[in-house]
Amino acid sequence: MLHDFIAFDFLRNTFYTGLLIGLIAPLLGTFIVVRRLSLLADALSHVTLAGIAFGLFLEKKTAITFITPMYGGMFFSVVGSIFIEKLRGLYKAYQEIAIPIILSGGVGLSLIFISLANGFNTDLFNYLFGSVSAVSYHDFISILVIAIIVVVLIFFFYKELVVLSFDEEHATISGIHAKRIHLLFIILTALVIAASMRIVGVLLVSALMTLPVAASMRIAKSFKQTIFLSIVFGELAVMIGLVTGYYFSIPPGGTIVMASIFMLLGAISYRYVHKKVQKWGNEE
Amino acid sequence: MQKTPVISLKNVNYAYEEKTVLENINFELQEGSFMGLLGPNGGGKTTLIKLVLGLLKPTSGTVELYGKPASRFKNKHLIGFVSQKSNAFNKGFPATVYEVVSMGLTAKIGYMHFFTKKHKKIILDAIDQVGMAAYKNRNIGELSGGQQQRVFIARALVSKPKLLILDEPTVGVDSENVQRFYELLHRLNVEKGITMLLITHDTGIITQYATDIACLNKHIHFHGKPDDYIAMNEADLSNLYGHPINKVVHDH
Ligand SMILES: Nc1ncnc2c1ncn2[C@@H]1O[C@H](COP(=O)(O)OP(=O)(O)O)[C@@H](O)[C@H]1O
Ligand SMILES: [Mg+2]
Repeated sequence: MLHDFIAFDFLRNTFYTGLLIGLIAPLLGTFIVVRRLSLLADALSHVTLAGIAFGLFLEKKTAITFITPMYGGMFFSVVGSIFIEKLRGLYKAYQEIAIPIILSGGVGLSLIFISLANGFNTDLFNYLFGSVSAVSYHDFISILVIAIIVVVLIFFFYKELVVLSFDEEHATISGIHAKRIHLLFIILTALVIAASMRIVGVLLVSALMTLPVAASMRIAKSFKQTIFLSIVFGELAVMIGLVTGYYFSIPPGGTIVMASIFMLLGAISYRYVHKKVQKWGNEE
Repeated sequence: MQKTPVISLKNVNYAYEEKTVLENINFELQEGSFMGLLGPNGGGKTTLIKLVLGLLKPTSGTVELYGKPASRFKNKHLIGFVSQKSNAFNKGFPATVYEVVSMGLTAKIGYMHFFTKKHKKIILDAIDQVGMAAYKNRNIGELSGGQQQRVFIARALVSKPKLLILDEPTVGVDSENVQRFYELLHRLNVEKGITMLLITHDTGIITQYATDIACLNKHIHFHGKPDDYIAMNEADLSNLYGHPINKVVHDH
């Protein structure tokens, strides 16, 4: 089954890019989920869409070529993430209000750029739902660079990120620069979202960041294990999703998310059965 | 000559925007003491702690920690803190007791440095000190309120603080375990010489363990020895607080 992915160049780019995304999306996703910021990822993915639409518009209507849709998406996503933080600061008691503001702003902007570029085309469809064949070597290299940055920064700031996620007040009092670490985290999130949409698509990026974590949390015994299992589930979902998407000609966004959901159901049942068995054991 | 007090507030006033919460506070805490800070809800106890921790700056007056301005105090690992909100953490957070306690060392270890074997031993020791060794691999959310508070004390202890500040730590802990909890604090105070500042409503128990009692309701209304506090009758106390209060004192 995997043979084609190794044999054809264009599939090989997709395959390696998928491996990278299966790693970084759940890695960052674990922090997002435990901090209850899942919706923030959703809002950011819609801002990313606006950036992609902007890039497609430039590609089609102007001679500017260095701002590819992916760079446009990345740029919008990072700016959007900083914007969300400002909004959250302004509405301290209503922090979730930043989500609909940014989300609707992203969709609104996307529509404007899409119309300016004379409507939908297959490129846009690929960015919305992911694509098995649209990943170029250039995309792969860009995503590789992002993945390296993300993994290295998380490695070095892991312990601070954990403290910040668990107890922000304690982080500040103990002398950690909570605001700066949080900003770093939010920017990394924006980058991961922009990188992941090539494979899973804008609409389902947040699923790849949250579903593997939701499954992992049913089983894992510690925070480290939660991250580890999330990555395992994420990689499995991407691999299964890409292969089935390719053979059945379905956008991989759909198949990856369905694979994640099956794993989530598996994890929930595992926990259920495990508890039952323990109960029997105790009764005897 | 007296030693530099651990905490010293001189002529401190504090107001949130318009509302004055603390007025002309003069207050010292000497090394090795165990102070119980009492007072009605909204009396400004948590605000006072925030001034001491440097999270807020006084509107006027000075707040010093070990003789240095609190807002510029750098050796934060010398101060352990258990917040009033600590038991409001995300109960679904997938962290073990060990992982939570290790968080108390993060800032001390510093950026770009990693946990080593030496740190592991320090963390296990702290867990042991609060009697939670058997639970070190358990999920924090699965423990009882009293056990969680012990874990938060361990997190505060792990950086080897000289001052421990606890803001209403026994709220949500059942009465049987409250006594054990105070014994733990007492042991840390006597054996490790950790200075204690404890905010509480357990007026009965605190007088058994504290070396100093202070009552705060915008002003410091009483500051003295537990015996003097006990000796006051209820009418005096009501005058201090400006409303009737229950003084429950356990006889031993
Ligand atoms: N962030 C804040 N903004 C405005 N007022 C506050 C704030 N925090 C506390 N207060 C007010 O200050 C007073 C003292 O609060 P606090 O220090 O929490 O009292 P205590 O801990 O003794 O119950 C209360 O009346 C409270 O409403
Ligand atoms: Mg309080």
